[in-house]
Amino acid sequence: MSNNYKEIVTNALWKQNPGVVQLLGLCPTLAVTTTAVNGLSLGFATALVMAASNGTVSPVRKLVPSEIRVPVFILVIAALVSIIDMSINAFAQPLHKVLGIFIPLIVVNCIVLARVESFAAKNTFVPSVLDGFMMGLGGAMVLGLLGGIREIFGKGTLFSGLDLVFGPGAKQFVLTVVPDYHGFLLAVLPPGAFLGLGMLVALRNWAEIRNTKKTDSSANGLKPALNH
Amino acid sequence: MSDTVIKHTSGTAVTMVAFALIGTALLAYIFNITREPIEKSEAEARMALFRQILPDEHYYSHLKNKDQDADYDSDLLKNIVEIAPNELLGNKTPSKAYVAKQDHKLAAVILEAIAHDGYSGDIKLLIAIRADGSISGVRVLAHKETPGLGDYIDIAHGNWIKLFDKQSVQITPLEQWKVKKDGGKFDYMVGATITPRAVVKAVAKSLQFFEQNKLMLEQSLAHDHQSDHQADQKSDHKSADKD
Repeated sequence: MSNNYKEIVTNALWKQNPGVVQLLGLCPTLAVTTTAVNGLSLGFATALVMAASNGTVSPVRKLVPSEIRVPVFILVIAALVSIIDMSINAFAQPLHKVLGIFIPLIVVNCIVLARVESFAAKNTFVPSVLDGFMMGLGGAMVLGLLGGIREIFGKGTLFSGLDLVFGPGAKQFVLTVVPDYHGFLLAVLPPGAFLGLGMLVALRNWAEIRNTKKTDSSANGLKPALNH
Repeated sequence: MSDTVIKHTSGTAVTMVAFALIGTALLAYIFNITREPIEKSEAEARMALFRQILPDEHYYSHLKNKDQDADYDSDLLKNIVEIAPNELLGNKTPSKAYVAKQDHKLAAVILEAIAHDGYSGDIKLLIAIRADGSISGVRVLAHKETPGLGDYIDIAHGNWIKLFDKQSVQITPLEQWKVKKDGGKFDYMVGATITPRAVVKAVAKSLQFFEQNKLMLEQSLAHDHQSDHQADQKSDHKSADKD
C-alpha cells in the first residue's frame, strides 16, 4: 500500500507532472506566471481545490452513472471553487485580494477535471485526496519555477509581491537578483511564458532521457556478461 | 425494452438533479453565512481607501470623538449625493458621490468613476477632488487587468496611480491628459498601454464632471442643512455618551 502512495507521489511530481508532461491547464500556467509568487500562489490554491474535488468525488463515485459523470464532476468542482472563493473572501480578505482574480481560473483548469475523471472516479478516498494534492503540488512546482525564471529575466527580482501574501514584513525577502536591471519585456509578456515552458519541458525530457540511458547502458553492460 | 430505457434515463436525470440541488443548496448556505463578513470587510476596505485619497482626518469626524468646537460640520459618509448615470463618470447605474464640507461649503468630494475601455472589463475608480479642482488622490477599486502586466494601476502593484496626486486641469491642460505614447503627460509601463490610457481618460472626465457639477453638489448640501444639524446633534450625543 505504501508503495502505491509512493507511486502516486512520483507520478504527480515527475512522471506525469501536469505542468511539463501532461501539459494540462496551460491557460493559468502561461497567464499568471509573471512572478514566482503569483505562480506559487495559484499553484497552491489549485492543489487545495484538486484535493477537495478528488476527495468529494471519490466517495460518491459509485452513485454517479457514467453517462453524466462529466457534468456532475464539473458541478462539484465549480461548487467547491465558489465555496473556497467566498470563504477566503469572508475570512481572509487580504489573501483574497491577492488570489481573488486567480481563483475563478481554477474552475476552467482542465487538470482538475482530468484528475477527478482519471483517478478519483476509480479510487478510494485517501489515495484520491493524495493524488489531487500531489498533482496540484507538481503543477505548483512548475508554476513557481516558470514564474521565477520569467521574473528574473523580466524584472531582475525574485519573490516580488511576497508582502501581498505574508504582510509587509515579508518585503525584506524580496531578492534583487540583478541590481539596476531595466527589464526584459519578452520574458514578462506571453511569448516569454511559452519559451520558458518550452525550455522547462525540454529540460525535463533531457533529464528523463539521460536517466533511462544510464539505466539502459548499465543494463547493457551487465547483460553480455550474464549471457555468456 | 423501452421501459428499461425510461427507467435508466429517469434514474440518471434524478441523480443529476440531486447533485445540482445539493450543490445549489450548499452554495446558497455558504453565500448567506459569508455575505455579512464580506460586506463588512469591503466597507472597511473602502474606508481605508478613502483615507488614502483624502487623508484629512476631520472629514471622518464620526469615527472618533472630536472636539465639538471644531469648525468642520462635515462628515464624508453622511453627505452622500446620488448621481444619475452620467457619460463623464461612466456609471450606468446611479453612483455615489461622498461630499466633505467645511463651513457649509464643499471642501472635497470623492467620486466613483468607471472606465469601460480597459484591457479586460471595467476599471472602477475612486477619485478625490478638492474644491479648487485639484486631485487629492485616485485609487482603483476593482479591475480585471492582466496580473503582472496591467495591474500596476493598483496601488498594491505599483505607485503609478500616485501620478495623479495634486494634478488638475490648471496644471495639466485637458488635451495633455493622455499617456506619453499618445503625446500626453502621463507615464506608463511598456507592455500595458491600454490600461493606463483608460484610467487617465476616466480621471480627466471626472475632473470635467466636477467642474460642471460643482454647483449641483454644493446645492445638494444646502438641502441637507436642516437634517445635517440634527445629525450633528445626534452624533454629539453619541460622543458624549462615549466620553
